[in-house]
Amino acid sequence: MLKSFLGGIHPKDSKKYTSDKAIELPPLPETVTIPMSQHIGAPCTPIVKVGDMVKKGQVIANSEAFMHSPIHASISGKVTSIAEMPHTSLVKCLSVVIKSDGLDEWVDGIPLERDWEKLEKKEVLDIIKNSGIVGMGGATFPTHVKLSPNKEVDTFIVNAAECEPYLTADYRMMIEYSDRIVTGVKIAMKTLGVSKGIIGIEDNKPEAVKAMKEAFKGTSVDIVALPTKYPQGAEKMLIKVLTSREVPSGGLPMDVGVVVQNVGTVIAIYDAVVNGIPIIQRVTTVSGDAIKEPKNLLLRIGTSFKEAISYCGGFSKTPEKLIMGGPMMGMAQFSLDVPVIKGVSGILALSKDAVNSGEESPCIRCGRCVEACPMGLIPSMLSILGERHKFKEAKEEYNLLNCIECGSCVYTCPAKRNIVQYIKYSKSQNLAMAQKK
Amino acid sequence: MSSEIEVQESKMQGIKVKEADTQENSFTVSASPHIRCDESISKIMWNVNIALAPAAIFSIYYFGVPALINLIVGAASAVAFEYLVQKFRKKKITAFDGSAFLTGLLLAMCVSPTLPVYMIIAGSFVAIVIAKHSMGGLGYNIFNPAHIGRAALMVSWPVAMTTWTKMTTSVDVVSSATPLNILKQQGYSKLIETFGSNIELYKSMFIGTRNGSAGETSTILLIIGGIYLIYKGYIKWQVPVCMIGTVGIITWIFGPSGLFSGDPIFHMMAGGLIIGAFFMATDMVTAPITLKGQIIFAVGAGVITSLIRLIGGYPEGVCYSLLLMNAVTPLIDRFVKPKQFGARGE
Repeated sequence: MLKSFLGGIHPKDSKKYTSDKAIELPPLPETVTIPMSQHIGAPCTPIVKVGDMVKKGQVIANSEAFMHSPIHASISGKVTSIAEMPHTSLVKCLSVVIKSDGLDEWVDGIPLERDWEKLEKKEVLDIIKNSGIVGMGGATFPTHVKLSPNKEVDTFIVNAAECEPYLTADYRMMIEYSDRIVTGVKIAMKTLGVSKGIIGIEDNKPEAVKAMKEAFKGTSVDIVALPTKYPQGAEKMLIKVLTSREVPSGGLPMDVGVVVQNVGTVIAIYDAVVNGIPIIQRVTTVSGDAIKEPKNLLLRIGTSFKEAISYCGGFSKTPEKLIMGGPMMGMAQFSLDVPVIKGVSGILALSKDAVNSGEESPCIRCGRCVEACPMGLIPSMLSILGERHKFKEAKEEYNLLNCIECGSCVYTCPAKRNIVQYIKYSKSQNLAMAQKK
Repeated sequence: MSSEIEVQESKMQGIKVKEADTQENSFTVSASPHIRCDESISKIMWNVNIALAPAAIFSIYYFGVPALINLIVGAASAVAFEYLVQKFRKKKITAFDGSAFLTGLLLAMCVSPTLPVYMIIAGSFVAIVIAKHSMGGLGYNIFNPAHIGRAALMVSWPVAMTTWTKMTTSVDVVSSATPLNILKQQGYSKLIETFGSNIELYKSMFIGTRNGSAGETSTILLIIGGIYLIYKGYIKWQVPVCMIGTVGIITWIFGPSGLFSGDPIFHMMAGGLIIGAFFMATDMVTAPITLKGQIIFAVGAGVITSLIRLIGGYPEGVCYSLLLMNAVTPLIDRFVKPKQFGARGE
């Protein structure tokens, strides 16, 4: 019997909107807006000029920094502008705008066929790096960095929990792309030099568990159905439940010998290593109660949210919030013009009823947030300290920096306090103070 | 930096942004998460009021019109005082969120059903205006407002507060004192004699056909209310169990005629212990925030209650024990923290 992590919440999963909808391929976008920052690390610099003709899969931006991930053209066509454009998390970001030539031609040399088993570890890592692969679950951490840990690791975990309500992209991929997942996992495990592989799936997705069990039959990879509880897909919680190992405070999964990758990332690894295809598209769930026909879409990077939503029939009622990612940790958007980037696992439009925000009032110390916090923090206190600008105390006495910002506390708070916002703010103030010194 | 802070704070509630080009859609931009559960403070407070309803209704049935008047005046005056304070301080009016109603109701339930109405109003003034709003209002008060109100009445009108009229509807009980009064002044055998037998004593304590504060007498109805709150997840069962259990164990060990000669069953149902343990030791604002802290709080309150009952000057000690534990709540919260995920050195 699996031992669950402490805390957590049970929000309505709202996955029924799209869980039975097969991944659809919408028509080619006329233009794509490709931001230079789609990953954790240094932003890339464009290596194309306005007026250049580019082909699908061609590198259009790169960087010299260690922590970065190159960016590729997602359609073939002409670069019409390189300018600051709306961005999902940075508000504005330098972006390359490509107008489609309608041909959708690949750059020379891809797709190809490669026998991954004959590749050296170094070659695989280079392919992954040059293909622009980052954590596709939303964290967008460069995958080649994660797959070359500087500590001994013995376990590879595929994060297929998909604990965020509404999102079904990983779920559909497990059902529809299971063969690619199998090979992707094998490649990752060989690269890491580990023999133990685990795929963790929340048990509200029995179809996915079944599909994965079938696909991985005869391999050493375990498929584990995890109790459905948010944030089951938070890396630290997932590792704890699957291996009973606790990532130390301030540490990384590799500190306990584990590397975790998302389902989408594993598929991207397969595409890159076996077929030479870089990240030019991703599966995104377009859902929410304000979307007319919610769908799972295979979208080209740079497609605008507006285009994705209009392919889903537009809005059925007035959307109160437009969200990139899931409703628990995703980011609210101010414009429909933001583009789909590598980390966009979902596009959600929620009505006022679904958002259920309410006005913030003082903490009544009910302790529900303490019970919900998977990290063993006292969120109510962190919010009060943030409110009173006691940033240092929050950090030193209430372990501010341990917060993973999963939002469980806010979800459960009857006083509707914006605890995570106070915490993010306190973290940024601590960072500012540290930089001043 | 301060202007930066102000800007940040103005955003705390989320801002509505009109989309530039479409003009059709405007989206609220705020920090995650974007969905919330449907609990609210007023939902919790009204549920606690509902949980108190069976015992409150019983007190009207049992003590009659004076109890009815006191309950209504208690709740209504508390709401009125809160409204006035908030109006006067130009704060948002939250007088109808059930919290002031609850304070007033609890106050009226924790005093003699025949207490003069003006005293109830005075107690409710102290509770709401002094104990609650002078501290900053809901969430900021250190002490349980209803108990501060009760304590203020106790020192202001000690005679009226300890006068228990003969009950009109019961033939079993002839004394005009509460069971704990009889125990304190005349001893355990007199108590049993008054009620006829142990079984009769327990029966009246369980059902509530005894003298006492308006809402504290019916053990069974208070427990039903408490179970409702436990079921709803608003209170933890550990708190009442630990407080009542502690009183039971201590009063059993230190009995009137040597070790283990006490009557824990009587003590656990007597006085305001049941209402205090289920409805006041569990007060969110004034009790510790962690479960571990709440258990320490409950055991501490049980110990102090027993000490007051057994060797103190008062027959009953629930009110003061809870107020004393309220005072150490910040201290408990400072030292009792949840187990950190990934804490180093383990």
